[in-house]
Amino acid sequence: MANELPFEKPIVELRQKIKELKSLSVDKGIDFSEEILRLEERCKQLEEELYSELTAAQKMHLARHHQRPTSLDFIGAIFSDFMELHGDRLFADDLAIVGGLAKLNGVPVTVIGHQRGKDTRDNIARFFGSPHPEGFRKALRLMQQANKFNRPIITFIDTKGAYPGNTAEERGQSEAIARNLREMAGFGVPIICVVIGEGGSGGALALGVGNRVLMLENAIYSAISPNGAASILWKDASRADQAAEAMKITAKDLLEFGIIEQIIEEPQGGAHRDLEFQAERIKEGLWSQLQELLKLNAEELIEDRYNKFRKIGYFQMAELEAAEDGLEQSAATELNSGLNDSIASDAKGQEAAPTLN
Amino acid sequence: MQIKDLFSKKKYATIPSERPKRDIPEGLMNKCSKCGTIQYSKELEKNLKVCSSCGHHYRLNAWERIGMTLDDGHLTEYDAAMESVDPLSFPGYAGKLEQQKAKSNLRDSVVTGDGKIGGFPVVVAVMSFDFFTGSMGSVAGEKITRAIEAAHEKKLPLIIFSTSSGARMQESILSLMQMAKTSAALAKFQGAGGLYISVFTDPTTGGVSASFASLGDYNLAEPGALIGFAGRIVIEQTIRQKLPDNFQTAEFNLQHGQLDKVVHRKDMKATLTKLLDMHCEKEGSFHGE
Repeated sequence: MANELPFEKPIVELRQKIKELKSLSVDKGIDFSEEILRLEERCKQLEEELYSELTAAQKMHLARHHQRPTSLDFIGAIFSDFMELHGDRLFADDLAIVGGLAKLNGVPVTVIGHQRGKDTRDNIARFFGSPHPEGFRKALRLMQQANKFNRPIITFIDTKGAYPGNTAEERGQSEAIARNLREMAGFGVPIICVVIGEGGSGGALALGVGNRVLMLENAIYSAISPNGAASILWKDASRADQAAEAMKITAKDLLEFGIIEQIIEEPQGGAHRDLEFQAERIKEGLWSQLQELLKLNAEELIEDRYNKFRKIGYFQMAELEAAEDGLEQSAATELNSGLNDSIASDAKGQEAAPTLN
Repeated sequence: MQIKDLFSKKKYATIPSERPKRDIPEGLMNKCSKCGTIQYSKELEKNLKVCSSCGHHYRLNAWERIGMTLDDGHLTEYDAAMESVDPLSFPGYAGKLEQQKAKSNLRDSVVTGDGKIGGFPVVVAVMSFDFFTGSMGSVAGEKITRAIEAAHEKKLPLIIFSTSSGARMQESILSLMQMAKTSAALAKFQGAGGLYISVFTDPTTGGVSASFASLGDYNLAEPGALIGFAGRIVIEQTIRQKLPDNFQTAEFNLQHGQLDKVVHRKDMKATLTKLLDMHCEKEGSFHGE
């Protein structure tokens, strides 16, 4: 079956065997019911074992599953009265990001999400869910509108990253992302973000500065895609699975780092197995978080969001030697000692600079 | 002599020259990586490390830039002792950090502190490409955030000189979040009337370009600096086209409306001073009042 991932093969084979036995017992009139029961039991057990201990790489494959529900799938299933709004009022309407008005249990909200395509044609129109600056600027426009009309903002994150193209650079990809980060920090309405699939780099974060960040159980979130990391680290993109483990990209890791507040349970085998179940779980998560945030006023919401991001990061203070202790430093001496080295390294020109998006 | 000897090649031997080779000390001369002109390192230094022939701006490390930009090259450094840990236990990271420290004489990719420019007190953050390609991890993010907060508290202008390959992969998601952290701090600072001048230097890409570096009230850049979000090779692979030579240079960005001004290194201090003068008082400097 095309929808199964390679690591799901043992289950697929077992199911196939059960199916064969069933048809055999019908055809030949032999009673295999005991055998079938035993195999079904084993299949169930195998599934539980497999899905309860998925590796980071396996989760990455689930998060990228071509049938995984997209933002529009979830928006349709979670909200009522969705009205899509278009365009950044500056250049174009980027279909890699969708957004508009909707009601969550009767409460008007602004909902925005990255949108992957459903098939090749759709994917080309939507740039595979990788936004151009106009996409981020559309999102910003909708968020500013929400802020003005005091509507909570809900975002769905699902992108490999911002679109790496020349036109995107010409129109200020960096500036568009940076501006979203800064502006989102200043909105006086609740912002809840849900990572539903792949949270790739700055393009994901540009919708990700929320009071609360929730993450589906098998979703991933990282500064660079595991494929990109593998090609930089080992000059071999095919070692993405290995990079995925090292990079700590799963919901469980991010909860430990304090980057997300809640993990949303997925149906066994991944979100694509049961959209309704998944949408219901997300809705519950959104609703309970929103109830909490609605107790805060605008200032408190901004402060709450600031504090969330302010405390992220790990570092230590080195023991300074006595000579360095004064903190007062003059560049004059450093200049001489550092000069030759830096010229040498500059002359070498391009150092292997991992450009992370 | 036979006829065929006429066609045989004469044989020569090389005799080693008696003249001793001139002893050129390491680092005395320097060859421009852009135009190939060879010049004295001392001349180059006097020229602020700009090639006298083609105007190529050599990369500076943080302390060289501080020496050229701040009055008397003097900085009261903040958080000098802050250094990276290995939060993800990422393979090879701890060793690489030690190697980078030894190579650059820095503890991380940014030096922060306060000093004066043209007599105006300022808070500065200066990034250094020679430490881990200027990448931003938890330490760079924290130091820059603290510098922004210090500027806010002291009501001083903030100047950040950026150079970076982006987020530091070895701290993955934690690096990514530094983009949000620094930008949120800028939201507070700039929202309260704070002046922030961002100076792009070669190269500034990825997560640094897509966060604080692009958020200046004034965005300046050194000539020829590479500035962009995605890497050139990635873009060429995506669009399956060769990109023009000037793609993502400071001049390209100026042309596309992403910068206020491209400023030659020799004019940088004067330009900053001029900008500061438009906003601040020299004594007990306070902008926005």
